[in-house]
Amino acid sequence: MGLSCMIRKGVRPVVELLAKSPAEGLLPYAKGAVELSELALGKAASIAPFKGQLDAVEKALGQGFPKVGRTTGHVVWFSQGQYLAIAMDIPDALGKYAAITDQSDAWCALELKGAAAEDVLARLVPIDLRQSQFKRGHCARTQLGHMPLHITRTGNDAFRLLSFRSMAGTMVHEISRAMDLLAARR
Amino acid sequence: MRVNGKGLIDRSRPVSFTFDGTRLQGFAGDTVASALLANDIRLMARSFKYHRPRGVLSAGSEEPNALITVKRGSDAEPNVRATVQEIYEGLEVRSQNAWPSLGFDALGVNDLAAPFFSAGFYYKTFMWPRAFWERVYEPLIRRAAGLGGVSGTASAAEYEKAFAFCDLLVIGAGPAGLMAALEAGRAGVDVILADEDVQAGGRLLSETHGVEGLSGSDWAARAIAELASMENVRIMARTTVTGAYDQSTFGALERVSQHHAPSKDAPRACFWRIVAKRSILAAGALERPVAFQNNDRPGIMTASAVRSYLNRWGVAPGRNVVVFGNNDDAHRTAHDLRAAGVHVAALVDSRPDARVTGDFPVFTGAQVCGSTGRQGLEAVTIRTQSGTEKIATECLAMSGGWNPSVHLTCHMNGRPEWRDDIASFVPKGGAIPGMVTAGACNGAFSTHGALAEGQAAAMETLEALGKKGAKSDLPDAEDTPYRMSPLWAVGGTGRAWLDFQNDVTVKDVKQAAKENFRSVEHMKRYTTQGMATDQGKNSNVNALAILADVTGRGIPETGTTTFRPPYSPVPIAAMGAGAQGKGFAPERLTTSHHSTVKRKAPMIEAGMWYRPSYFPVPGESHWRQSCDREVNMVRDTVGVCDVSTLGKIDVQGPDAAAFLDFVYTNTFSTLKPGRVRYGLMLREDGTVMDDGTTARLSDTHYVMTTTTAAAGAVMRHLEFVHQCLRPELDVSMISVTEQWAQFAVAGPKSRELLNGLLDMLIDNDSFPFMACGPVSVGGVDARLFRISFSGEHAYEIAVPARYGASLFEALNEKAAALGGGPYGMEALNVLRIEKGFITHAEIHGRVTAFDIGMERMISAKKDCIGQTMAARPGLLGAEREQLVGLKPIGAVKQLTAGAHLFDPENPATREHSEGYVTSVGFSPTMGVFLGMGFLKNGRARHGQTVKLVDHMRGIETLCEVHGPVLHDPEGGKTRG
Amino acid sequence: MRLICPVCGERDRREFYYMGDAVALQRPEPDAGAAEWDDYVHLRENPAGVTRDLWQHEAGCAAWIVVRRNTVTHEVLESVLATDLKGASA
Ligand SMILES: [Zn+2]
Repeated sequence: MGLSCMIRKGVRPVVELLAKSPAEGLLPYAKGAVELSELALGKAASIAPFKGQLDAVEKALGQGFPKVGRTTGHVVWFSQGQYLAIAMDIPDALGKYAAITDQSDAWCALELKGAAAEDVLARLVPIDLRQSQFKRGHCARTQLGHMPLHITRTGNDAFRLLSFRSMAGTMVHEISRAMDLLAARR
Repeated sequence: MRVNGKGLIDRSRPVSFTFDGTRLQGFAGDTVASALLANDIRLMARSFKYHRPRGVLSAGSEEPNALITVKRGSDAEPNVRATVQEIYEGLEVRSQNAWPSLGFDALGVNDLAAPFFSAGFYYKTFMWPRAFWERVYEPLIRRAAGLGGVSGTASAAEYEKAFAFCDLLVIGAGPAGLMAALEAGRAGVDVILADEDVQAGGRLLSETHGVEGLSGSDWAARAIAELASMENVRIMARTTVTGAYDQSTFGALERVSQHHAPSKDAPRACFWRIVAKRSILAAGALERPVAFQNNDRPGIMTASAVRSYLNRWGVAPGRNVVVFGNNDDAHRTAHDLRAAGVHVAALVDSRPDARVTGDFPVFTGAQVCGSTGRQGLEAVTIRTQSGTEKIATECLAMSGGWNPSVHLTCHMNGRPEWRDDIASFVPKGGAIPGMVTAGACNGAFSTHGALAEGQAAAMETLEALGKKGAKSDLPDAEDTPYRMSPLWAVGGTGRAWLDFQNDVTVKDVKQAAKENFRSVEHMKRYTTQGMATDQGKNSNVNALAILADVTGRGIPETGTTTFRPPYSPVPIAAMGAGAQGKGFAPERLTTSHHSTVKRKAPMIEAGMWYRPSYFPVPGESHWRQSCDREVNMVRDTVGVCDVSTLGKIDVQGPDAAAFLDFVYTNTFSTLKPGRVRYGLMLREDGTVMDDGTTARLSDTHYVMTTTTAAAGAVMRHLEFVHQCLRPELDVSMISVTEQWAQFAVAGPKSRELLNGLLDMLIDNDSFPFMACGPVSVGGVDARLFRISFSGEHAYEIAVPARYGASLFEALNEKAAALGGGPYGMEALNVLRIEKGFITHAEIHGRVTAFDIGMERMISAKKDCIGQTMAARPGLLGAEREQLVGLKPIGAVKQLTAGAHLFDPENPATREHSEGYVTSVGFSPTMGVFLGMGFLKNGRARHGQTVKLVDHMRGIETLCEVHGPVLHDPEGGKTRG
Repeated sequence: MRLICPVCGERDRREFYYMGDAVALQRPEPDAGAAEWDDYVHLRENPAGVTRDLWQHEAGCAAWIVVRRNTVTHEVLESVLATDLKGASA
């Protein structure tokens, strides 16, 4: 069994599969001092180093890994013992030292940007996002309403938000609703 | 009556509003209460129980009487305090609890029947007959007693919920709070200053004495301006801190848009959760009334409320006023009125030794002992050493002294302490971890005292935060001593009111004590004292003082009832804000969702997921037609079904195999790469937790599937087993449910379909039953699994989710060409029932591997979760209800899930139940209803007849018991 | 209520899943006998005072933690990673 038994049919595939982004057709949305847009995450893979192999992983990738809740280059802390490499080529050899899992299609990635971005998130995210506590490059695993969330501060007034791809519609709805309500204050 | 030259209202901005249909005018800065008083309207509400005419008692959020309804239709808000609601152009205000009108209230007869409504009335009268409760008494009481009504239509109003974090939360922006915030703000810590009022200043806005040579309001405005200029300070006006919770978390209600006309998207209120490292409570104090006969007439209010209306809103609540108190502070009211040119008819001080000077008649050692007036105060009776005297007046300003607002310090079970010198309770230190109290809420009633305590609290807090604060010079302010002598109730006959909102009198409390409800908590519940929406803010201390007196105990010994959150009412809609619709449960949509909806498939919820029930085609008018067709389609040609909702977990690591051997009952270390195996997972108590297939992609890499329902629970369980039981295993897990769009392709023509689509051909050798491996479709790397949940020759193909929508279309296009198409949950369910496959309808949390006939899947060669407990006596044997198949054999052909199974000879009563039905479906393949269920000793009873009885639906069906698998029991079709 | 995750820091209680007594860490050997297994699976203390409970930072880093907490004062006294505890006892 296995690949060797299969017969290649020809050079050209018989169907063309079209790619669709998680929040396709839903964004961008702007209200008040905030803008919400979809980010193209590109290739993303989780890396969970096997026991005692973090050094080997760092060496193989040629870069150091971030501490908890931090970002180093293209690698973000993702969960306990787990990192997410965004837009990076992962050499096959890394599989010896770590569990590598493709996550390129698992997350809906949004960017929330603008002077009131922090105020919008205060409606949905239960963690302390004050600039003094959650600086550029800081990231956390938490919730957006009732959805799972990985959040990174990417700028003084910009955040990258990752939640489940299947929840993209709710994610956009919740954030844009919070934007509406905030903008309607006077 | 408006008083010229007084008040902080903006006389250049008139505002018109209506009260019970009458158009009235006030000014920007007015509350409904101040504007009504300015228009000489004293009667604002009817009381809860007796429908007594009532006006304002206070000028703040503690108001018990003047509850109103604002706006109309679905926008209407009942039980709004007239003392809190700011007026705006066009505001509609309606009175409550009066019919036909506020002036003539038919239910005012309740007042005449008052002797029958005394304490414990409901308990005594409505004991029996029991049947009368629901039909007679309750509707009667509900109509007669009550507050505002609900509109009856769903409110479209928006509410918000939000989180905030700070180093220091200062609660209250009176002199103490402002001083604390200034000192902390200057030291650079992150401060949130929350105050329930529109404007900062607290009592400074209502008093004539200034601070540092400025008026109180100007000083407060200057302080707020300085705070507003600090980046580290956040000022939250119109925000009441309503509760103190664990780990220095506070609830706070912000009134966002209630002070202007409703506008689109503007939230009415926002409920904040504020997490503060430290907190300073500077909540001030509330003045208490004095109980005397008929002390509840419109026009009778607290002395401080009169000062507020005069000094803050430029309103005299009467053309002449009598002031009555037991303390020096009350004298200010007389002086302020006099200075503003309002006639003071008398100052009555209950203390014989009180020192008063003023240009008005003074009675010391005297008391107000009664009042008269039809719909408002017309005269009071005073009792002096020389007898009684009646004084005509429109307003009585009364003061029984001040109660520090200790409420928040009691929210975590702290008990306040009694202080004799002020005859009231003060907070006990340390009642809320990290909280310091300052100012009037701490019993420091002078402005100087408040400023000094605010400063000290800030210094203490800064030190605790590890910051150094530079003490500023304290602003100059009055430091008048607070002299008082307790006066709770004036003796006499007739009703003297304590709790105005719940209509509780001194007599009620005495009667409670007489009937031996001597504990303060019992007295509260017997009389309903303090149980209304104002939680007895003005009355609790008075009531327990009276209870102490009649029971012959001291007040500290009598104790106080427990203050619980919220401090003032919080709409449920605010606490639940954002938890409606998508916010209640996020919608999880598969990549095929839009295509599925376009095909007019009705969607059903499966957890948070939305899945199609069936795909109707033209000519089908009933779901069964569609379902039958889809089942036949899968059996005859090929069907396509989105199965992406099943949980998929990547399990990788050198010890992945050992880990799976431990969580599954059967063995996965022996599974060869490129193969799939069905696995059964138990809870540690031996009950089945979940099932599904797991594929081995390489030596160290597995992909586990879970049921849709249990995906989250299984992931948590796996992490538990790994981290808490077997941390030595080198394995890691991550969900890949979202990464892959996965479709079942099932039916005799499934391979033909796939071979028309895949970039390489597959056959039975390259992809035998239970094989898995990488394939390519349209040049995209995909995964193919030869597994079946229908009993047919079937596959599941997975592509990265971005291609899911596109692949679903392609699969359906190919399927259609082969006479097949998409199928939904209904057909999927029938297909698996025909084949005897279980779902969570069967593994519902009470069944064991033995019950479902899978006890042999518990490998004896290794330990696994649940193995030991599954072997307990009582979990194996003939006494267990075991999984069986059911087929109708009598005239009645219908089977229903949830029905019970009986021996046909036995009556269908609970004690004779021998099992129950878990799943049913009409099988077009067999032309008959099929059921699955659990039957006592069922495996030994194949061929026997049982009686299915559904008492709920009135169905009784004779069934033949058989094995669960009816379709293709040998499995030849699956192996294809 | 807020709990401390040793990995992520202090978080709102909503991010945590509650499992119960940390006795769940002490899984008996398969042959430990009925009494010990009964104890492990079913029997729990219910003290007014200090408890040691298992929580998972489910909406966060997924770490299982043992939290020492006072059920009377609601004080959270200590949070330790379950893996650290197991590592120490192993
Ligand atoms: Zn964590």
